[in-house]
Amino acid sequence: MADTLVASKTLVDVRELKMHFPLTRGIVLQRVVGYVRAVDGISFSIERGQTLGLVGESGSGKTTIGRTIVRLYKPTAGQILFDGKDLAALSGEELRQERRRVQMIFQDPYASLNPRYTIGSLIAEPMHIFKVASRAEIRERTAELLRVVGLRPEYIDRYPHEFSGGQRQRIAVARALSINPEFVIADEPVSALDVSIRAQVLNLLQRLQQQFNLTYLFVSHDLSVVRHVADRIAVMYLGKIVELSDRDELYVAPKHPYTKALLSAVPIPDPQVERRRQRIILSGDLPSPINMPDGCRFHPRCPMAQNICHEIEPVFEAKEGREHYAACHFSERVTPPIE
Amino acid sequence: MGEYLLELQDLKTYFKVKAGKVRAVDGVSFAIKPGEKLGVVGESGCGKSVTALSIMRLLPHPPAENAGGSVLFEDQDLLDLPESAMRKIRGGKIGMIFQDPMTCLNPTMTVGKQIGEALGIHLNLSKDEGLKRAAALLEQVGIPAAAERINSYPHQFSGGMRQRVMIAIALACNPKLLIADEPTTALDVTVQAQILELINGVCSDFGTAVMLITHDLGVVAGMTDRVVVMYAGKVVETAPTDELFVNPSHPYTLGLLASVPRLDEERHSQLKTIEGAPPDLLKPPPGCPFMPRCAFARAICRTMPPLDPVAGNAAHFKACWVDVNDPNEQAYAERRRQARIDKMLAATNGKAATTLTASEEK
Repeated sequence: MADTLVASKTLVDVRELKMHFPLTRGIVLQRVVGYVRAVDGISFSIERGQTLGLVGESGSGKTTIGRTIVRLYKPTAGQILFDGKDLAALSGEELRQERRRVQMIFQDPYASLNPRYTIGSLIAEPMHIFKVASRAEIRERTAELLRVVGLRPEYIDRYPHEFSGGQRQRIAVARALSINPEFVIADEPVSALDVSIRAQVLNLLQRLQQQFNLTYLFVSHDLSVVRHVADRIAVMYLGKIVELSDRDELYVAPKHPYTKALLSAVPIPDPQVERRRQRIILSGDLPSPINMPDGCRFHPRCPMAQNICHEIEPVFEAKEGREHYAACHFSERVTPPIE
Repeated sequence: MGEYLLELQDLKTYFKVKAGKVRAVDGVSFAIKPGEKLGVVGESGCGKSVTALSIMRLLPHPPAENAGGSVLFEDQDLLDLPESAMRKIRGGKIGMIFQDPMTCLNPTMTVGKQIGEALGIHLNLSKDEGLKRAAALLEQVGIPAAAERINSYPHQFSGGMRQRVMIAIALACNPKLLIADEPTTALDVTVQAQILELINGVCSDFGTAVMLITHDLGVVAGMTDRVVVMYAGKVVETAPTDELFVNPSHPYTLGLLASVPRLDEERHSQLKTIEGAPPDLLKPPPGCPFMPRCAFARAICRTMPPLDPVAGNAAHFKACWVDVNDPNEQAYAERRRQARIDKMLAATNGKAATTLTASEEK
């Protein structure tokens, strides 16, 4: 995998991406009084056919990254190299053409499907926009897509309210796949679903990845779900990636105290394991992304913080292990969370 | 007083809608001892929240209607009490925490006043005494600088802090029972750990019994003494927490446990799923409600099984005809599950792959 890495294998390469939202005061004469630094200098890359899991708490900026990559926002700085082309610099027709290759699945299937459209026309909409085929062919393909995601093709003329949450998320997946994207950004695709349905949708996403050689950016707050789907995992905290590594390594040998705390906070469905486990309970909440703490962003909540952490922001650099990056002054002191 | 603090007997809560009756809670029985921590698990729509709201009599009538059963709290049927007596119980002897701390606090009142309000009503404390007590409570639930924070409004608190305020209100009058309805679902994992620790600690200190409603089996494993598993308005299995996780005996419980990816286990390439979706409670299927999704199902399942004890543990009950630990039954279920998967793959794979590549060339 990483040993045979060649440049062309990389599909998405994000470099120093920043997305700052201005805060304004005043109604008529608006002046900028500060910035919300939602994404603050982030770099990562994803190989073709692989899945990068992006985890973090609410407010860490993970959704903003996804939305910036599909260019729902214009980034403040940085590059988004998609198959060699910088999406951040494109606009107009060029951007539109590139967008075909990147699609998105949203968290809430109740909000992301227009209730006035039949599911057939919802799934066909991207194909009509990009005029991929004739009307009849599109309808035929829509029926195929329904079958691919595990719904009956006869449902094509029904409306979203006739479907359950899990089925709706399948419809959203079908819509995202309709124009053969190469890269799919899934923003918390299973968070709104029940446990038994969640597993169905996760399996579906995995099957489709193999079938169509898709590359995923899988955004989630749930570490156990991300571990299940991702090849590599990036952990975000307050607009920065604090740790990035191969899936298994992250869980066995985390190099950032925040990752360790996150791992120890995930409840495990086994009472005996729960009793034996050591919980690291972080104090406080995520600080405001408007007034960032000095030094390391995590130091106000970090159980290992020293003086240096208050003053100097640690560099995001390669640590011991395979392609393992972390931003912590004391990464070698972080011990595995589960013995 | 009997052995139990709260005892539900065959509770039925239906909702009358245009299309008929939704049997949201359909014959639920369980009991909580004083000081016990009980977990109620199930998916959305299984009736766990409606059960809690029926206990508290917080459902609007109509559309809700009590179609039978009783809720015995300290040997008194709450469903027969006049409204005035019920008001004394709510917030007094039974406290409740809701899922979403953002919508449950009054945005126009300071948190001190909101906590003091409960104290004023139930303990007849004066305003000043109420505020003093409120500050002490806030400190107990881990809010720093509590004496100043009582004058803050809810919007000045974060989600986790608001949930702490809710806990302070619920525990203000030393209730005998705390009903927590998905108390951490709206919170982040690190904050969830804080809040669960808090509920656990405070309730152990006061000897408060807890009824914890959640869909997260992990939360149940760490927090409770006993678990009730609900499906489609019915209790399908109940057991002490350790026993339930070691020896799950209902196919639905088995399926739930298998369908969650676990952090401490080897990663599997595929998750086991429970195919299908929960039934429509307007027209529940005859017999066992889980039958249409159950790999173990057979003809006898068209009759609803009673909640019977499981051999080996007197406190373990399940509503299922099949012995899921019998190897023959397991082989039968595995065959059926495999057949179902094959059928689904055959329908989705084959033709689909070809059309996708074909249209790519256009």
